[in-house]
Amino acid sequence: MSALSPVLAPVAAVGRSGIGLLALVGRLTMFLGATLAHMLRPPFYWREFLFQLMQIGYFSLPVVALTTLFTGGALALQIYDGSARFNAEAVVPQIVAIGMVRELGPVLTGLMVAGRVSAAIAAEIGTMKVTEQIDALTTLSTHPMKYLTVPRVLAATLALPVLAAVGNIIGILGGYLVAVLRLEFNAAAYLRNTVDFLEASDVVSGLVKAAVFGCIVAVMGCYHGMRSARGAQGVGRATTNAVVSASILILAANFILTGIFFSE
Amino acid sequence: MIELRGVHKAFGPKKVLQGIDLRVERGTSMVIIGGSGTGKSVALKCILGLITPDSGTILLDGKPVGGRVSSAERDAFLARFGMLFQGGALFDSLAVWQNVAFRLLRGRLKRPKTEAREIAIEKLRRVGLSPDVADLFPAELSGGMQKRVGLARAIAAEPEIIFFDEPTTGLDPIMSGVINELIREIVVEMGATAMTITHDMSSVRAIADNVAMLHDGVIHWTGPVAEMDAADDPYLRQFITGAADGPIEAVR
Repeated sequence: MSALSPVLAPVAAVGRSGIGLLALVGRLTMFLGATLAHMLRPPFYWREFLFQLMQIGYFSLPVVALTTLFTGGALALQIYDGSARFNAEAVVPQIVAIGMVRELGPVLTGLMVAGRVSAAIAAEIGTMKVTEQIDALTTLSTHPMKYLTVPRVLAATLALPVLAAVGNIIGILGGYLVAVLRLEFNAAAYLRNTVDFLEASDVVSGLVKAAVFGCIVAVMGCYHGMRSARGAQGVGRATTNAVVSASILILAANFILTGIFFSE
Repeated sequence: MIELRGVHKAFGPKKVLQGIDLRVERGTSMVIIGGSGTGKSVALKCILGLITPDSGTILLDGKPVGGRVSSAERDAFLARFGMLFQGGALFDSLAVWQNVAFRLLRGRLKRPKTEAREIAIEKLRRVGLSPDVADLFPAELSGGMQKRVGLARAIAAEPEIIFFDEPTTGLDPIMSGVINELIREIVVEMGATAMTITHDMSSVRAIADNVAMLHDGVIHWTGPVAEMDAADDPYLRQFITGAADGPIEAVR
């Protein structure tokens, strides 16, 4: 054993991280399963749900609006410049529309909300865990998954598509403003091109993505908050982990979903 | 009656409880003493099912607790308990009265909002707080007031069994005295069974009928509070006198 250990050490290290990863996937799957199971069984805390809908949906609007407005504008400039190289400047409205609706609207909304909401959820639940408020909930006959996780996950899953839809419109508006005011496009023609070109599947696929991203954001926030270690450092780490893991999972899920939707 | 038989619990390599045997008779007040980190809180949380013991049984009125039970059974079980947490564990997002009436605003014991609020205000008055505290938020209260609100919340639904986790930690001696007195009065007038964990000897003398000393994961000594000072257990003696030298090694 000891003679082989230098040889086996890298194998063991690979094995350890592999097992660690599988354990994490397993814990997350169980957490998601428990959330869904609690979602389907009463009681349902309406007040908490509506409050979270406000927090996650409504209060994220300014962030999402600003992000998509600037991105739509930048997109129009880039596409104009790029397409001018082969004299295809006219495609700007179509590419901006499809880029926003299929990709950038949902993804940027997801990432901005991941920063804003995952962090807030993880910090709040982590602090509750550290100060024994989660235990207190249980002793008061209230299941923490039902009271804390279910309303947040449901609110985020429903709010994100709406936010993404708003983001899509504002992003297209950003492109429109740049195209009309700076690149001298015809305003009416720009809008007509956008509307005629977009198909329902473009919009719907983007909104479905946004719903998945919303679920990811809230689940990551709740999961890391519930597992927070003690102390300010523990909560800090939970918050960081929530934002990082939510962002990575959003980008990974985006790739997989895009593959599924547009594989033909 | 609460009974623990051979309860073990380890967190990784750290063995916290190593076979606890303890009996708390109905309507009596048991105080568990022991140094920090000896597993006093873990023992209480095992009884409530917040932590699952590795082995051993916990009986409530002769029936084992824990295991797989329906959520209705679990609700009924938890409804018999009230608990005052160490830091109060008040919900920051809710006003004081909503904290106190938490159990009365949802679930099996749900009542109309106005009635729940009235009960909350009555319980606040019982712990010596005026009704205008009701609409404040926990963050606006001092440590002593938070403890009182936590106490009001623990008794709001008239539980049969009340747990107090270090009720006087972080309070000045006078406030500690007030809280101790309140706990004693409330437990007596409600006829509740009480379990308190503390390392404050003034709490022990004020609250306890019986005392149990927890050290190294086992109960070292247990008996009526009146016999505590005459006991010749060296661990207990050292704890009562607070001597630096003795069988309990202090980490310096």
